[in-house]
Amino acid sequence: MSSTPRTLYEKIWDAHVIEQRDDGTCLVFIDRHLVHEVTSPQAFEALRMAGRKVRRPELTLAVPDHNLPTTPRVDAAGNRVPIEDAESRGQLEALERNAPEFGVQYFGATAAQQGIVHVVGPEQGFSLPGATIVCGDSHTACHGGIGALAFGIGTSEVEHVLATQTLQLRKSKTMEVRVEGDLGPGVTSKDLIMHIIGTIGTAGGTGHVIEYRGKVFEEMSVEGRLTVCNMSIEGGARAGLIAPDETTFRYVKGRPYAPKGEDWDKAVAYWKTLHTDPGAAFDKSVTINAADVEPTVTWGTSPEDTVAIGGIVPDPMSFADPSKQRAAQASLDYMGLAPGQRMDEVEVQNIFIGSCTNSRIEDLRAAAEVLKGRKIHPNIKWGIIVPGSGLVKMQAEAEGLDKIFIDAGLEWREPGCSACLGMNPDKVPAGERSASTSNRNFVGRQGPGARTHLVSPAMAAAAAVTGKLTDVRKLTNDAPALA
Amino acid sequence: MEKVSTVEGRAYPFGMKNVDTDIIIPAHFLKTVTREGLGKGAFEALRKDPSNVFDNPEYAGSPIIVAGDNFGCGSSREHAAWALLDMGLKAVIAPSFSDIFSGNAFKNGIVTVALPQEAIDRLMEVAETDPITIDLEAQTVTTPFQDRWTFEIDPFRKYCLTEGLDEVGLTLQSDDAIRSYEERQQSEQPWLARGTGLAA
Ligand code: SF4
Repeated sequence: MSSTPRTLYEKIWDAHVIEQRDDGTCLVFIDRHLVHEVTSPQAFEALRMAGRKVRRPELTLAVPDHNLPTTPRVDAAGNRVPIEDAESRGQLEALERNAPEFGVQYFGATAAQQGIVHVVGPEQGFSLPGATIVCGDSHTACHGGIGALAFGIGTSEVEHVLATQTLQLRKSKTMEVRVEGDLGPGVTSKDLIMHIIGTIGTAGGTGHVIEYRGKVFEEMSVEGRLTVCNMSIEGGARAGLIAPDETTFRYVKGRPYAPKGEDWDKAVAYWKTLHTDPGAAFDKSVTINAADVEPTVTWGTSPEDTVAIGGIVPDPMSFADPSKQRAAQASLDYMGLAPGQRMDEVEVQNIFIGSCTNSRIEDLRAAAEVLKGRKIHPNIKWGIIVPGSGLVKMQAEAEGLDKIFIDAGLEWREPGCSACLGMNPDKVPAGERSASTSNRNFVGRQGPGARTHLVSPAMAAAAAVTGKLTDVRKLTNDAPALA
Repeated sequence: MEKVSTVEGRAYPFGMKNVDTDIIIPAHFLKTVTREGLGKGAFEALRKDPSNVFDNPEYAGSPIIVAGDNFGCGSSREHAAWALLDMGLKAVIAPSFSDIFSGNAFKNGIVTVALPQEAIDRLMEVAETDPITIDLEAQTVTTPFQDRWTFEIDPFRKYCLTEGLDEVGLTLQSDDAIRSYEERQQSEQPWLARGTGLAA
């Protein structure tokens, strides 16, 4: 093929272009389509109205996640507990009807495989390296953690993919985020991606696909990579990528929809070609020093509003850009914080450990390690742990993590999106704060008036123990840099 | 999608300017799971006034709305086009439209016809009593009284509307190319082509 050095993104892109139009738009093949109950009903309806079928049902996987309550879904007698909210129930029922009608694999509300789409895809081996993956959800970028080109789409595009297994797209620009050196003890992938977004800003990646490069990512688990790529969208990027490697292959191998036997060897041989060639050029490049990353928290209502846990709430006037000054002031008003306030003195009343960013087994282990043998602080009125899927839940229970959480005073729930966006009953009350492992601290995201501080699972666990945002390294054996 | 060559029939003499998508379909309808039925919610606030044009039996089932300028401004919700479609509308005539709305209307097979304000004033009169004809092929709007205006339409949109091609239909014109891509994937990367194994 072409001998010009190419980036990972360009390799995956080139491999999926079916044809190019004169105006530069490309018809691109989509290998995997994840479908959930919120953005799919009208897409299926449109197919029905036009008398169309799902072109490749086997490339489509449907699972409800956004609306499902995280309380038990079957009662003592084994009957399904209906969803109270009529609109939530309507969306769930629509997917329950549409998936079988169109011949699509469906993991229903009570299936062990049910979970957040972005947890389920990789877990089932449905999301594969080098694949193009779409979902009617902006955090689809998550699957870039296994080396897939994955991005979110809207409802009309969902319909388009269902009917044609393609999208009309324009090629994105490429951006390299290079991280030099090693992360310190007690600093996680979540801290790193929050630090990156704080550095590049929420528009830093606009129009680009980010590739995360450097030793840190090579040494990171697949779970950690999924966390990093998940939040690419908060940095404005369409997608995030980390080159697949032996760690990825080990993760994928043996999963239900992963290639088997001879296919496996062929697949791995191909996946090994999926890396940026030496000398390939990126349109934009940013370098981050891993040693600068501390356990990180947000102070405002944008994911770029990050600060190290040892830091203080910034003065809005300290920003150069007047529009950022106004935004920061509005954030502080909403968050009820004052400039100069120490982050590690901010009290929280709610803890949410979950979401497609941080609800995998590794995240739960990290939280459990901090919570083991400890109790939550009396400040904490509500604290829930929501595993990313039924299988994560079973694994955690097999490891006894649920006991640790329950003994500490937290609630162990059923899988779903939950308080990440509060479409189900899990909401943070107005005016109260949460330490949350999700990805968006937008105004009202966790409920009207809710004040969200984004953190890693270990930091959420630390906040649960102390009742305020806390440097988790003070609770573990990892000596804080400046304690 | 249905092919559209002419739209002919009575028109709602609506005339309102700056009709935003919240007027067309209020936000509380956005959580529904179907497009069908949205017509009942269309112009909900205006329909609280018993003398509103949309519930006047004289105009029931009209395929055309005559409106003021900047029709479809505001939020980008595609539900606005779905609601009009569900009301049985096939065309909107106004001095100007928001780009996003006309894009969404087009995607759903609704013709947006931009005519000068004088033409709109005249059409408002005609609509009270008589039908209006939009000929997409000839790009004209005519009345039984020898009124005749020509309008501009993007040739690509005209082609799609007259051929009944929505975006999916357009893409499926490349069906051969998609098919050969699929065949190549099937032979070179069968593990990717297999997916969940639940073939149609
Ligand atoms: S967990 Fe949150 S971010 Fe992830 S898919 Fe669900 S709602 Fe979206």
